[in-house]
Amino acid sequence: MTTLFLVSCAQDSPVNRATKEKILLMGNTAEPRGLDPHIVSGVLENNIIRGLFEGLVIEHPSKDGVALPGVAESWGPTDPKNPTEWIFNLRKDAKWSDGTPLTAEDFLFSFQRILTPALGSEYSFMLYYIIGAEDFHKGKTKDFSTVKVSAPDPHTLKVNLRSPIPFLPEITKHYTWFPVPKHIILKHGKAEDRFNPWTKPKNIQSNGAFTLKSWKLNDHIEIQKNPVYWDTKNVALNGIRFLPISNSFTEDRMFYNEQLHITYTIAPDLIEYSRKNFKDMTRNEFYFGTYFIRCNVKKSPLQDVKIREALSITINQQDIIDYVTMGNQSPAAGIVPPFVGYNSPGDIKFDPDKAKRLLEDAGYPNGEGFPKINFLTTDRESSKRLAEALQAMWKKYLGIEISIQQMEWTSYLNTMMSKEYDLAAGGWIGDYMDPLTFLDMWIKDGGNNRTNWSSEEFEELLGEAERTAGQKERYGILEKAEKLFLDERPILPIYWYTRNYLIHNHVKGWDPLILDNHPYKFLDLVAD
Amino acid sequence: MLALYTIVFFLVGWMPGDPFSSNEKNISPEVRENMKKAWGLDQPLWKQYLIYPKNLITEGSLGVSTEKNRPVWDIIIQSFPASLILGISALFIAVGIGVPIGIISATRKNTAIDYGGMAIAMIGICIPSFIIGPVLQLTLAAKIPAFKIAGWGHPLDVILPSITLGLGTAAYLARLTRGSMLEVLNQDYIRTAKAKGLKTFSVVIKHALRGGLLPSVAFIGPAFAALISGSFIVETIFQVPGMGQHFVNAAIKRDPFVLRGVVLFYGLLIVIMNLAADLIAASLNPRIRLEKT
Repeated sequence: MTTLFLVSCAQDSPVNRATKEKILLMGNTAEPRGLDPHIVSGVLENNIIRGLFEGLVIEHPSKDGVALPGVAESWGPTDPKNPTEWIFNLRKDAKWSDGTPLTAEDFLFSFQRILTPALGSEYSFMLYYIIGAEDFHKGKTKDFSTVKVSAPDPHTLKVNLRSPIPFLPEITKHYTWFPVPKHIILKHGKAEDRFNPWTKPKNIQSNGAFTLKSWKLNDHIEIQKNPVYWDTKNVALNGIRFLPISNSFTEDRMFYNEQLHITYTIAPDLIEYSRKNFKDMTRNEFYFGTYFIRCNVKKSPLQDVKIREALSITINQQDIIDYVTMGNQSPAAGIVPPFVGYNSPGDIKFDPDKAKRLLEDAGYPNGEGFPKINFLTTDRESSKRLAEALQAMWKKYLGIEISIQQMEWTSYLNTMMSKEYDLAAGGWIGDYMDPLTFLDMWIKDGGNNRTNWSSEEFEELLGEAERTAGQKERYGILEKAEKLFLDERPILPIYWYTRNYLIHNHVKGWDPLILDNHPYKFLDLVAD
Repeated sequence: MLALYTIVFFLVGWMPGDPFSSNEKNISPEVRENMKKAWGLDQPLWKQYLIYPKNLITEGSLGVSTEKNRPVWDIIIQSFPASLILGISALFIAVGIGVPIGIISATRKNTAIDYGGMAIAMIGICIPSFIIGPVLQLTLAAKIPAFKIAGWGHPLDVILPSITLGLGTAAYLARLTRGSMLEVLNQDYIRTAKAKGLKTFSVVIKHALRGGLLPSVAFIGPAFAALISGSFIVETIFQVPGMGQHFVNAAIKRDPFVLRGVVLFYGLLIVIMNLAADLIAASLNPRIRLEKT
């Protein structure tokens, strides 16, 4: 034991050793639910899956909204003025890691699999843009030929959409659109069997820059460079080791102690310490998501839009960011976070004087007679702090009492889904770079709506946007839809997300991306 | 075990929510129905109650995790070794620290050594593992390169989590051992041994220890099972891929198969460890051996 101890003391740090070997050490917050792109639905799974698999196009390493060739060498709509039919020309040297050619047939198989009802995929709706996909997935037909995807030849994929979508390549970056190996899946069981063991390390084959090397439950998942990947000569990393570190304090300490190259996050209480002591390794980057409070618009007195607006504009968003979350987030003026090309119509500002007037107009001057309403949130300490801050603000500026109801995660979700709340903390992260991903959740009886709010005019605007091909015109319509939504205020926006994390100086090629979908093939590890 | 199975089965079955409602993004009723069918959760609870042991007996199956999409046995087999190593190491620390402190305190009753020992024990009981763990990380792991902040794989990785897990048990053992040793040291036969001129060391080790350790042995059995079943807190602080976190995560995610499987596994472990403790106690004290009536 003494010898072991002395030898261990003399060794190089884990980060230095890993850099020499070009193995990236990444914190990944928790054990993934799986590696099957058709079964999982989370961000942490995405982090691993996009190393193993490659879609039709891939993310640019430093520019948001730009697509680079993936399995497809080129692509485009048949008619640019009406992009309802898209052609993807697949590269002829695309292969699975066992050398089997990857063709358009693999994509057809993959789309059929994820849309097969029996598989129970949670994210199939990402393919509903395709004609016939939704009906097939909901079991209205068992005939997959009604879903308009086809392979005119082994290296051409044709997709017909139910409406013009100029941003289809952005959607295909999502792992629900990735190919899965038909020959491997069928070798180990049925396509629609979600217990098919095809993703076990000894079985899995992938088409991305890396393949699965090892998977030890709750310990690590390691992927290694794929020698048959079409662009392998340009892949600098030899591998990536994902560590499911759920305790953010432990993760940060591991980073400080040279055990990790990149953390998943920074514990809020350690953000200041990290900025002070690891200034050039602390990143604070915009993330495509919004934190907001849902209002149950059928519960009195929240059915009155004046009350909702009053609650909204008495939230001092900057104070919340500075003293509660401390993550340098941006105050949310609307629901859709800003990005290039879209002019957010939101103009929510802290205005307690106006709020008092609104409350008085609603029949509750200085909060007199206002019923006590509950605020539902999760059992996390950070959620409690934020809830208490809001409670204090509403008491101070409006004179109203809010009771805080904390619940553990699943109970919180169930209560919110069954709409047994008055106000509820919530948030949303965009699946792709388009305002629709933040707006289409508010349709009537939409599963993610949960507010009882709906508007025919709002849905008409969404429908009009769906029929509009030109991006500029389309964004203009969606801006109107967002304005209407914010005027009605069924949700109270608080802040737009940021990602706070630590990244070692050895990591090269990692640039801020709004969706945080960093393509690993462009990364390198170089010691100082 | 049947009683345990029945209780845990229905408690888990009556939990609010289902395994498919822990995802913030809503899933459609059709998808939820298909998922329930895939796991047999669309069946009435009483049917599931009968199907579960049938599958266990005929196929050796504890079901498939709704969260991890892998067999529960797979999860237990992969996580049990880490829990076993951590548990055994923590037990060594607990026994290695707690029992000597208890013996020394008992033999130096009402002296500074006794008060000091029991004060250390009290501190050990009062300070929770989520304080001890980070303190060890910030003091030892951050300063001594041989220790990692977290991780599992190198032999030295066992030390800090074992200390964190074992110290609480060491504290209890110290107090328990002191109490039982004091009782034994007041017995007539000990007085006789002393009167015969035997040295204190011989009196304690050869005559008193056997009887004095009985309550500690009875405690160690179930304590060992508890140590093996792991501490969720120690596992998350030190990134130990043990079983404790599966238990807690399964409850949070409403994963009925992992919950039931892990509880039954723990139950069996406790039965085995209690039996082992009884057998050791019987070997130490012939008076409590099973007698024919």
